[in-house]
Amino acid sequence: MTVPIGAYLALGALLFVLGIAGVLLRRSALIVFMSIELMLNAVNLTFVAFARQLGRLEGQVAVFFVLVVAAVEVVVGLAIIIAIFRTRATVDLDDVDLLRG
Amino acid sequence: MTGAPLLSGLIFLPLAAAMIVLWLDRQRVGAMFTVALAGMGAALVVACVLFARFDSATAALQFVERTPWTGGIDYAIGVDGISLPLVMLTAVILPLALLSAWGSVHERVKEFIVSLLALETALLGTFLASDLILFFVFWEAVLIPMYFIIGLWGGLRRAYAAIKFILYTMTGSALMLVAIIVLSVQGTAQLGTRTFDVVALRTVHVAMPLQGYLAAAFALAFAIKVPVWPLHTWLPDAHVEAPTAGSVVLAAVLLKMGAYGFLRFLLPLFPQASLQFAPVMSVLAIIGILYGGIVSWAQRDVKRLVAMSSVSHLGLVTLGAFAFTVEAVHGSLLQMVNHGLSTGGLFLLVGVLYDRTHSRQLDDYGGVAALMPRFAPLALFGRPRATLSRPSAASFCRRSTCCGCIRE
Amino acid sequence: MLLALIIAFPLAGWLILGVVGGRLPRRVIGILASGTVALAFVASVAASRHPAVSAGGLTAPLFSWIAAGALTVPAGLLMDRLSSLMALVVTGVGFLIHVYSIGYMADDRSYARYFAYLNLFIASMLLLVLGSNLLVLFVGWELVGLCSYLLIGFWFDRERAAQAGRKAFVVNRIGDAGFLLGILLLATSTGTLELGRIGSLASQMAPGVLTAVTLLLFVGATGKSAQLPLYVWLPDAMEGPTPVSALIHAATMVTAGVYMIARLHPLFLAAPLTLSVVAGVGAATAFFAATVALVQWDLKRVLAYSTISQLGYMFVAMGVVAMPAGMFHLTTHAFFKALLFLAAGSVMHAMGGVIDMRQLGGLAGAMRWTAFGFVIGALALAGIPPFAGFFSKDLILEAAFTSAQHGGSWLVWVAGLATAFVTAVYVTRAAILTFLPPAAHHGHPHEAPPTMRWPMAALAVLSVGGGALGAQAVGAPLLHSLDRFFATAPATESAPAVLLTMIPVAIGALGMVMGVFLYRGRREVTLGAVGRFFERQWYVERVYDAAILAPARALAQFCADVIETRGIDGAVNGVAALVVRAGGTLRRAQTGFVRSYAAAILAGTIVVLGYWLLR
Repeated sequence: MTVPIGAYLALGALLFVLGIAGVLLRRSALIVFMSIELMLNAVNLTFVAFARQLGRLEGQVAVFFVLVVAAVEVVVGLAIIIAIFRTRATVDLDDVDLLRG
Repeated sequence: MTGAPLLSGLIFLPLAAAMIVLWLDRQRVGAMFTVALAGMGAALVVACVLFARFDSATAALQFVERTPWTGGIDYAIGVDGISLPLVMLTAVILPLALLSAWGSVHERVKEFIVSLLALETALLGTFLASDLILFFVFWEAVLIPMYFIIGLWGGLRRAYAAIKFILYTMTGSALMLVAIIVLSVQGTAQLGTRTFDVVALRTVHVAMPLQGYLAAAFALAFAIKVPVWPLHTWLPDAHVEAPTAGSVVLAAVLLKMGAYGFLRFLLPLFPQASLQFAPVMSVLAIIGILYGGIVSWAQRDVKRLVAMSSVSHLGLVTLGAFAFTVEAVHGSLLQMVNHGLSTGGLFLLVGVLYDRTHSRQLDDYGGVAALMPRFAPLALFGRPRATLSRPSAASFCRRSTCCGCIRE
Repeated sequence: MLLALIIAFPLAGWLILGVVGGRLPRRVIGILASGTVALAFVASVAASRHPAVSAGGLTAPLFSWIAAGALTVPAGLLMDRLSSLMALVVTGVGFLIHVYSIGYMADDRSYARYFAYLNLFIASMLLLVLGSNLLVLFVGWELVGLCSYLLIGFWFDRERAAQAGRKAFVVNRIGDAGFLLGILLLATSTGTLELGRIGSLASQMAPGVLTAVTLLLFVGATGKSAQLPLYVWLPDAMEGPTPVSALIHAATMVTAGVYMIARLHPLFLAAPLTLSVVAGVGAATAFFAATVALVQWDLKRVLAYSTISQLGYMFVAMGVVAMPAGMFHLTTHAFFKALLFLAAGSVMHAMGGVIDMRQLGGLAGAMRWTAFGFVIGALALAGIPPFAGFFSKDLILEAAFTSAQHGGSWLVWVAGLATAFVTAVYVTRAAILTFLPPAAHHGHPHEAPPTMRWPMAALAVLSVGGGALGAQAVGAPLLHSLDRFFATAPATESAPAVLLTMIPVAIGALGMVMGVFLYRGRREVTLGAVGRFFERQWYVERVYDAAILAPARALAQFCADVIETRGIDGAVNGVAALVVRAGGTLRRAQTGFVRSYAAAILAGTIVVLGYWLLR
């Protein structure tokens, strides 16, 4: 038996909303970061589901792009978080408001 | 027309000299000045050759060079009867400004020289470009070295003056860029190819309300640069704060860019709209003439005095430009050159006085009449011809400005 | 060619002296400067003998000056009867004063600069006189103004001299503005500025325009020739070296206004309103200046006001259409007034710069030549026959009388007579206070050196004999020549009524007697309240200060301080402040919290999506 496409999409949407909630509600930079990864992978899931459904490759290629970008982003993002932690001894986002006008 | 790319050589010789100066050791002040002078001198020689070989019988652009650049924008330059006098003026004034700096600028000499050289390139480019985008690039490029000259080597309130100068000018030119693009879009529709060429765009007819807006955008940019009253207040500040060389170039050449813009771009590109603007511009010009004269009378700072008198004299140029007769345009051009030479001379003189006395206040001078009388009349001379452009206002100006000029 | 040479000589002198003058020995400078003017005089004589001069005029086109569209102005020179007379006066008197200056300026440190300016002045004046169109004339007009400025302020380290120079320049510019307006109006309404064609143009122009043009030109003349209301610069101009006062501010430059009107007489003759204005202003100035001269203590200022007054006579002559008489008076005045100034300069030279008449006196003994010259000049000025001034002044008064008979104002004639009386009084006063005992000083004055004596002697001879140029008894050669030039002016050849001639002479003589009586023994008569009124120049300068200068200054200050800084710049800075304020308000939106930005992004996304979905 095959899982219907709707279930994949629902799961993707659920994961995405979870990611958004994490980004908006959590204060720890690491958690926020993980939530972003969650959002990316939610989209990945959707891509793959549609690729399977339509029988085309573009969606899967897009997933690879997203994975690569996510990997790069992890490298840069973690580096930034570590740098902030070194200078401020905190990863609480609300304490990092250098850009306040 | 001829083998050698005369105009490109003219434009980029100073920049080449700037490259050499950059490469020189900053301790070797003499060498830097010599190289810069050589560059400017070479440009002057080229300008003289240009002048000698210029054919005054034709109204078309001469010595044209054209290389496609990108997206319909060409590197297109050429010279005609309007730009030639201003090119000559630039080529003559810049070396003088450089000489005035020799000995009076002591800090960051290398940067100063490079700025002046870059300024000359940008100015020459402005006067020679016949492609609107190219013109715009050079027009904006003028601001950068001038900004540094005022902001780095200026007087006490130099930062304020430099910011004011650049903001004023940018405000005008931003709108001009929009107008250039819109004009080109219109031109593309009518001509079939995309072009920014001035000569080609002259044939484009833009419908009236739009033409009015475009012309207004151009006029604003040029009017700020001239400056037309009441957009002039950047000028006294810039003049007062700029070092002598900066004031000289500013008064002698930069102010002419606006008037040149009127004659070269505004009038031919938007004839109908220009006609409509003429009364307003003339009234503003006359106000500027009188106002500049009166205000200069009340100044105690010599540089501010000369700056306000520039407002007055340039009002005359504007008036001539919008009088729409051949005589008036001739008069305007002559007045531009005369004003460039005489006011440039005046600023050089003020520079000398300042170097000796370290004061720009009129009250502190006294008995220096030995120096000044020869130059005050100089500022008044050569003008009878220019004043022919528009009788009444012209002589009013003479009267009121002379009050100012003579007061020292 | 000859005409160009006339100007080229002093111009070359100026160039040489200006460039290398500082390195030349003084003797060479003096000879060079005087020599060039002498050569110009010789060239003028040679040119004036050319037959074309008396036939319509000798012309010398130089080059095409302005060619802008429809307007073309060639530059050229023109010598006819009128300009040949002026050229001869300018170079002749100019030469004598150059020679005089060699002695007078002998100890000055800026010897070369002085002569360079003087030569430049002669060249400019000749350009003014010989220019073939109004624009060339105007250039000369401006250049002589410049030279005047330079020479008045020659001792620029003296505050008063510098100020006087400035005043002269500015006041002249006011007149020049009117003059230029007149020229431009003429150019726009006729299309030409050629002097040769002006005559035929007068009939083409609308009367209103013609009146406007001539009045504007006359404004220029009042500036240059120091008439009411623009006379104020000339008395102050006495701060310059005395030979300069003699040459520029008595004999030549200040007569440029008279010359200009004579030059353009076809225009003025066609504008009767302007003519009556000219006559009125001339008469008023003549009387006004004479009364002020009466109470001056500074000998040179007496002569300055006297010059203004005599120039008034010349304008009266122009106004009553007696152009030949006016030009004749211009010529004789150049002789005797230059003589008076040179004598005054000689006094200054002897007394170490003292010129206040209260500190002079008793100089006649030590300075016979000078005193003799001054007296001859004084007699000529007072109009006593047979001195030169008698003939010319008499002609003018006669013309004023005739004009009054034919509908002109009698006031002009009466003012002329009154002026003649006052003139005789003040010149007698000046002579007595300066030269007769008792001496009010303890110096040992010395007679002037030969270079100063001989020019005075030559001018004295001219002041005596100059009248012959216009004396009916010897055929009045000058008047004949000029009558033919001013063909439209009524002939002045009718034998003058004896009585009419006697009145001015009697008045002049009476004035001298009165002067001798009033000031006998060098009494310092002040004339009471009337004297104070005269001394303060009828309060003219104060009225100027209060009515024109102060408001103008206030307006300028208002523009500079209020409109400029608070108005326009205030608006500019206001816009800048507005932007800053707006930024200050909007910056609150930038909290710096990453999560609020994220929330904003989310909200935005939802809005956009919602728009797309619900559309």
